Amino acid sequence: MSWSFLLRRLLLAIPTLFGVAAIVFVLLRVVPGDPIAMLIGPGATERDIAELRRLYGLDESIALQFVYYLQDLAGGNFGTSISMRQDVMELVLGRLPVTIELCLVAMLVAVGLGGAMAVAGAYWRGRPGEAAVDGAAGFILAIPDFLWALLFILFVVVFALDGLPISGRIGHDVGFRGATGFLLIESLLRLRFDAFGSVLLHTVLPAFALALPLAAIIARVLKTSIAEAMTQDYILMARVKGFSRARIVCREALRNALVPTVTLTGVQFTFLVGGTVLVEKIFSYPGIGNMAIDAVINRDLPLIQGLVLTFAVLFIAINLLVDMSYALLNPRMRHG
Amino acid sequence: MAEAAAVPGGSLPHGQGSALRRMLANRRVVLGGAVLLFFALAAVFAPLIAPHDPVEQDLLLQYAPPVWADRAEPGYLFGTDNLGRDILSRLIYGAQIALFVAVTAAAAAGLLGTALGLLAGYLGGWVDTVISRLVEIWMAFPAVLLSIVLVAVMGTGLHSVIIAIAAIDWTRFCRVVRAETMAQKQQDYVASAVTVGLGRMHILWREILPNVLPLLIVLFTLEMGIAVIVEAILSYVNLSLASDFPTWGTMIADGRKYVNQAPWLMILPILCVIALVLALNALGDGLKDVLDPVMRK
Repeated sequence: MSWSFLLRRLLLAIPTLFGVAAIVFVLLRVVPGDPIAMLIGPGATERDIAELRRLYGLDESIALQFVYYLQDLAGGNFGTSISMRQDVMELVLGRLPVTIELCLVAMLVAVGLGGAMAVAGAYWRGRPGEAAVDGAAGFILAIPDFLWALLFILFVVVFALDGLPISGRIGHDVGFRGATGFLLIESLLRLRFDAFGSVLLHTVLPAFALALPLAAIIARVLKTSIAEAMTQDYILMARVKGFSRARIVCREALRNALVPTVTLTGVQFTFLVGGTVLVEKIFSYPGIGNMAIDAVINRDLPLIQGLVLTFAVLFIAINLLVDMSYALLNPRMRHG
Repeated sequence: MAEAAAVPGGSLPHGQGSALRRMLANRRVVLGGAVLLFFALAAVFAPLIAPHDPVEQDLLLQYAPPVWADRAEPGYLFGTDNLGRDILSRLIYGAQIALFVAVTAAAAAGLLGTALGLLAGYLGGWVDTVISRLVEIWMAFPAVLLSIVLVAVMGTGLHSVIIAIAAIDWTRFCRVVRAETMAQKQQDYVASAVTVGLGRMHILWREILPNVLPLLIVLFTLEMGIAVIVEAILSYVNLSLASDFPTWGTMIADGRKYVNQAPWLMILPILCVIALVLALNALGDGLKDVLDPVMRK
């Protein structure tokens, strides 16, 4: 992979980000409700309101507001949250590690589960086992993460599985405050296994809800690629050598089937990240998705803008990583 | 020429009858269609079949359990919710809203996306560049977040929900229709239409669109499923209709609040959403098998 490839991709991200910023900005400026009116009590005078409008820059024309906004963005200033009266960047960065950890756990679950389903389906090709894998993948995929999350909650309540928490990120009785937001990684590094276990238990259900649709997609695509790889000459060679079927599927075919799956998994991973908005809300999980819904309900313009931009940056970064890994996996792409 | 155009694969023209017969022979189409019909009938005849008023509260009858549990209240098949409202009646009226949103939102998204996709695919050049770039930027947003922001901007209500779904999901139609139009453009029938001297809009509207139509029917059915989910999501976060109105999403949200006291509040609306979505997906996939000439062979 060349530096010019990376540079070109980074430059291409700029117009996309600009477009996202512009659309969100214009959308939010046609809000009929007045965010200032929600901010202050009923006893406020006209002058107080004008003062606050000036403070938040809402008294300028939309075009001028946009120019100021872009200037601020370029300087790393995302503005001040109206509902929480804190720096947006600080608020977002405080919550971002929570969502990143949740997404990574979900990704691991999706890859593990989807990979296992694909290998099982390929191993039992043409037998009832394959049909079962196909059926399961189809069923999982038809139900979105939002409904899986609610089904899990029902399941926990109806079967009284008290060990599995359905809200929050860490137990109240666990006295652990990380220096970073990455509680899972940090508790492990500090050998606080009680905290690690608590965070992991709280993460299981939201992570599975997010992971299931992706797992089903991985299962489908990977199974097809393995089936394609199985028709190649080197597989015949391996058979002639007398390798077992399990070894041929897992060692020879799987490795060559990975490239198309990685690309697709990356694209689908962005949907998983987008899914955190609702899944975090349902499980009261304190990440940026949960924060986004509250920001919308409170009409907190700067915070909404900051969060939407954060999501867009995450999406672009994921796509970039996918392209890079694709180039690494497939030698023919390296000099593209 | 119109007849020839109707069969891109080049085999014999199919009559209406044989298409219908093929559909009835497809298990997924029949099963999905039957479930869809069930909900549609419930929605249309809601005032006749609902045993109670869906918004009538009875605070003496809070949390009446469903009929399969002990202490069930006679006359309330699926029990009552936290305000003593009949769950069955709310589910029936909820089907009305779910299907209304599904049809109108999918139609709106389909119209917008198809129009832009046809133009981008057929005209190419800068029109294609602008539209494709727009689709790319649009898809950089998290869809759920964008829909929530849109509804927050427009104010709550069914029309906002419908506009939000259309404003987000037109890209699904646009991308597929654009690709299909580009493929159709290479076909001989388009070349001959150009030779005969037909106008560009005439070719697009009368020659290419009918050939894209089977694909559109499939996309429309699948989009209805998505719209049902999005409506449920938006009413779940309390951005759809006023909360006393019976939508499945609101019922799920109420159920989540009282899930420890009354888990049955949540079960039935979730099952309704899942059943309708599964039915629409099955119908869409089945129609794809039946209508897609390439898949059929």
